[in-house]
Amino acid sequence: MTAPGKVLAVEDLTIVSNAGTRVVDGVSLRVARGEVLALIGASGSGKTTLALAALGHLRPGLARQAGTVRLDGADVFAMTAQQLNDLRGRKVAYVAQSAAAAFNPRLRLTDQVIESALLHGAQSESAARLRATDLFRYLALPNPETIGRRFPYQVSGGQLQRFMIAMGLQEEPLLLVCDEPTSALDVTTQVEVMRLLKNAIADNDTAALFVSHDLAVVAQIATRIAVMRAGRIVECGPTAEIIAAPREDYTRALIAACGHLPGRDGALVPAAAPHTDGLEARSIVAGYGRAEGGQPAVLSLRDVDLAVGRGEIVAVIGESGSGKSTLARVLAGLHAPASGTLRLAGAPLAALDRDRSKAERRRIQLVVQMADTALNPRHSLRRILGRTLKFFHGLTGAQAEARMADLLARVSLPAEYLDRYPTQISGGEKQRVNLARALAAEPEVLICDEITSALDTIVAQSIIALVKGLRDELGLAVIFISHDLATVADIANRVTVLRHGRVVEAGPTAAVLTAPQNPYTKLLTASVPELRVGWLEDAAATRDDLSAALRQGPSEAVPA
Amino acid sequence: MTAMLSRQRPRPRATLVLSIAVLAFFVLIGCMSLIWLPQDPTDFVSTDPFAPPSAGIWLGTDQLGRDVLSRLMDGTRITLLMAFAATLLAHLIGDTLGLLAALRGGLLDAVLSRIVDVILSLPKIIVGLVVVAALGASIPVLVVVAAFVYAAGVFRISRALGADLVRLDYMQIARSRGEGLGWLLFGEMLPHVVRPLATDFALRMSFAILFMSSLSFVGLGVQPPMADWGGMAKENLEGLSTNPLAAIAPAAAIALVSIALNLLVDALDGEAGSGR
Repeated sequence: MTAPGKVLAVEDLTIVSNAGTRVVDGVSLRVARGEVLALIGASGSGKTTLALAALGHLRPGLARQAGTVRLDGADVFAMTAQQLNDLRGRKVAYVAQSAAAAFNPRLRLTDQVIESALLHGAQSESAARLRATDLFRYLALPNPETIGRRFPYQVSGGQLQRFMIAMGLQEEPLLLVCDEPTSALDVTTQVEVMRLLKNAIADNDTAALFVSHDLAVVAQIATRIAVMRAGRIVECGPTAEIIAAPREDYTRALIAACGHLPGRDGALVPAAAPHTDGLEARSIVAGYGRAEGGQPAVLSLRDVDLAVGRGEIVAVIGESGSGKSTLARVLAGLHAPASGTLRLAGAPLAALDRDRSKAERRRIQLVVQMADTALNPRHSLRRILGRTLKFFHGLTGAQAEARMADLLARVSLPAEYLDRYPTQISGGEKQRVNLARALAAEPEVLICDEITSALDTIVAQSIIALVKGLRDELGLAVIFISHDLATVADIANRVTVLRHGRVVEAGPTAAVLTAPQNPYTKLLTASVPELRVGWLEDAAATRDDLSAALRQGPSEAVPA
Repeated sequence: MTAMLSRQRPRPRATLVLSIAVLAFFVLIGCMSLIWLPQDPTDFVSTDPFAPPSAGIWLGTDQLGRDVLSRLMDGTRITLLMAFAATLLAHLIGDTLGLLAALRGGLLDAVLSRIVDVILSLPKIIVGLVVVAALGASIPVLVVVAAFVYAAGVFRISRALGADLVRLDYMQIARSRGEGLGWLLFGEMLPHVVRPLATDFALRMSFAILFMSSLSFVGLGVQPPMADWGGMAKENLEGLSTNPLAAIAPAAAIALVSIALNLLVDALDGEAGSGR
């Protein structure tokens, strides 16, 4: 049945949801040893469902209608629960997107990495621990002999993702299923984890299914790419071929949406002189924990300056832990700074929202990263938008209806969406509703905190275009916070780079992107994935050089 | 990882239907007792105490020769209404304070939480005995005492549910908009906690029935000649050898309603779990 060397063979697989939708629709694919097949597509394209089917797993509410999934010749859907348990970890392993959610915070890392091998009786405990330590060393984790004794919360996100990979490789599986293994990581960490994962797959001669929405990431690691749309594979071929000569419009759109730094093409937003008619923050110091001697125990912002004028977008770039979200919360009045001043259109602004006037609160609006949690799932869009209109402008009845229709049109959503609930619309649409709610207040300053990070590439692009339109048409002052330089390169007038709570570089976008001065900014620009084979190796080399420079840098008094 | 891959089995609806049927039956009996009873529940229908069942007196008589069935039906209304009123009151107090403590945090939360710790550390039945002994066993006192001891548990649950919500972005956004307490509590938070709190309501009501029945059983509950299940079980205990039904029927009713409420909680919980 299975051709020799084929680890995974999927034949005509159709998976339907309870509602009758074909989530995976007649898909056939094969993966051989040493081969990395990337499944790429927008959210909802069925790529994760297909990848999980390779583990013999269907999420609740899904059922297999037709087709087979053969792993090393055996049909996984014909197996008993016991047989599946023996299979998982041993022949097929899973590397999840969120390592933080996959690890039990109360168990030591090594114990979790070797748990499945011990349960299977595949390795003796001492052999399993040796194997785990080898893997930690191989994955370049610091102190491989002892780091496994730590708990998950005692290591960084990038390190935890490497433990996840170690867990996957512990029993030397034939197939590794990776579901967006680097999407939750910072760009500079992503380079490192991708390189390790790529080497690990090659050195173990493992087959891999690699699920991602980011073509630039996939191009670095996959031998073949399958592009999925609406449950079908619309295009499949060797990586270089897909990138060089895409056949489908959808694939072309994916390639066009790929993060790249336009500075190299010379198409940058003209830089404007710093304005003060928007929001201005001076010498902001903020942190968490009990204050001692006027300084909080943990400092997230150290002497940060930021100014944004009407009609311009200022991007704030930084990795997780750089203090960028704290900055957003300080500006929005949700977090009290230890010191520093805020000014709105030149006038002093109180630090906390409860000390601000209703008009001041109206003039500054915050849009946050997680569109899901920003909208009350029990409120219809009419109630969500209507509440803001009533609260700030006293609008009700027909006037409010008309305004809500305007707002939805402004964010390119149909007016009939008013009766929907957040659970009935997609992630990108939710983010549009978040923007519409902010606009309902008729703000002057819009603070966007990572609003595109949770969205797939093409949807993120459309949201960014929307924000750009709001700046140009409504003259909003926009603070656009992101961890990704490529996201903001097209739209930001100026860029401020944050690291460990300090501004390491600030200036017009063109200057910062094309001629970064600070080694950290250089590392950031070098870490933006490019859509060419071989970029990963270049980036990793650059990373090694710059990391050494950063360690010696004077601004490195505080360890990460 | 293994937990993520485990399959969820949908809970059978039969439990839900069965528990609702049992509860509906008792509610119906309670309503009916206002209009029609086989006998007057306070009337002496027989000169024999603990007479065994006979024509027209299907469950026999109690220790004073009154009709057990009529008293059981009359007691259904009293027992269920008192338990319902106590649970409702417990939830009104507990939910409002719990959500408020979650929302406000700080000193208010600390003070309320410590008070609740103290209440929960006391054995409920002892609190009930002391208060009822001091204030007298009237229906309002019983309802308020039961509400008071159970409001503490309700507070814990609603505070925990609320604390999960407070950190969510939409709450932060509503607060940064400057929304008042009323909207935050009842506009934003309440819609999310209604379902788990309804589940708790059913469970809590079964506790309240047992609590009040226990008080009645030691003679500090509903006072004679009024009938309630716990009191009936106590009064008729000595007749177990001649007319066992007089004590077993009210005890069985307590057990049935408690079990039905617990099954309902299970079923609702299962529904909520699979719905997400």
